[in-house]
Amino acid sequence: MLAFNFFAATEGGLFDINATLPLMAIQVVALTYILNSLFFKPVGNVVEKREKFVSNNIIEAKNKLSEVKKLEADLLTQLQSARSEAQRIVSEAENESDKLYKEALELANNEANASKEKARLEIESQTSAARDQLSKQAEGLSELIVNRLILEK
Amino acid sequence: MLTNFAALEVGQHLYWQIGNIRLHGQVFLTSWILLGALLVFISLGTKKMENDPKGLQNLLEFLWDYIRDLARTQIGEKVYRDWMPFIGTLFLFVFVSNWGGALIPWRLIKLPSGELGAPTADINTTIALALLVSLSYFYAGLSNKGWRYFEYYVHPTPIMLPFKILEDFTKPLSLSFRLFGNILADELVVGVLVFLVPLILPIPVMFLGLFTSAIQALIFATLAAYYIGEAVEEHH
Repeated sequence: MLAFNFFAATEGGLFDINATLPLMAIQVVALTYILNSLFFKPVGNVVEKREKFVSNNIIEAKNKLSEVKKLEADLLTQLQSARSEAQRIVSEAENESDKLYKEALELANNEANASKEKARLEIESQTSAARDQLSKQAEGLSELIVNRLILEK
Repeated sequence: MLTNFAALEVGQHLYWQIGNIRLHGQVFLTSWILLGALLVFISLGTKKMENDPKGLQNLLEFLWDYIRDLARTQIGEKVYRDWMPFIGTLFLFVFVSNWGGALIPWRLIKLPSGELGAPTADINTTIALALLVSLSYFYAGLSNKGWRYFEYYVHPTPIMLPFKILEDFTKPLSLSFRLFGNILADELVVGVLVFLVPLILPIPVMFLGLFTSAIQALIFATLAAYYIGEAVEEHH
């Protein structure tokens, strides 16, 4: 039978091995199944779910960070190209306005010179006309004076 | 002095007779009380599992993590999941038995014969645990590697064969006797000291006993895991 008392000849003793052994083994195996369904599985599920959640979040954050870095670099190059483009446009506009200014200045100068010349010519012609008239009048007056003098005599 | 020792009731058992079978009743009584307490504790802690652990759940998760680390380091990443409940149960059973035996004043409960104490201070319990470990490492090796498991016996050279075979006998023997001897010795030392000097003096020894009890539980579980890990390990 299951009672094998080979350590102790008599009843009892420290090394009294009997059916307690297999029954305890069965009890421990049963306990293993009970603890597995009551403790190891549920706690494991929760802990592993959380670990997965955390690692997923870390991976996601890393992905997002690299995306942000990429976008940042992209934006930086865009900004640089926009800046150089703006510089180019500004200098072009400056040249253009310079040219326009010079043209306008030349045109205005020419016009001013022309009108000045015209005015001078007019003044001259009027001066000569006035002189002619004056000399005619002077002639008329002198004639008149001469006539009066002659007639009074 | 012999009569004094008799007062400690070493080797006395509360016999239960069921048909032809005789059992050590005190072992089962204490184990049922302690395992009942353990199961109640665990059911309370896992009753309402949250993603944000609080209170008991936190403690149980810490325990789970501890057992997982133990199993993973000894058995290896590949199969530790299969054996974690077994290793954890061994650890919890031995730990609860040892500490329950040391902390609860069982002596206050009078039995007709024998006395209540740590279930692990009975050779039947420790041999049962050790044989379960032996069976499980054989099963682990055979189920993982088939007949190639026996390569382990001639690894690295066939000279190792007799030693490896001898190991299969010494492993359960050392496992069971180490646990049994430590816990029984602790109970005896405390018992004798309490008997001789009932005040103060036994207290440091009791603390030492608690330390030993915890260490023995860890050693038992670690060795069981190590043996299983050794059986499933791939040799190249």
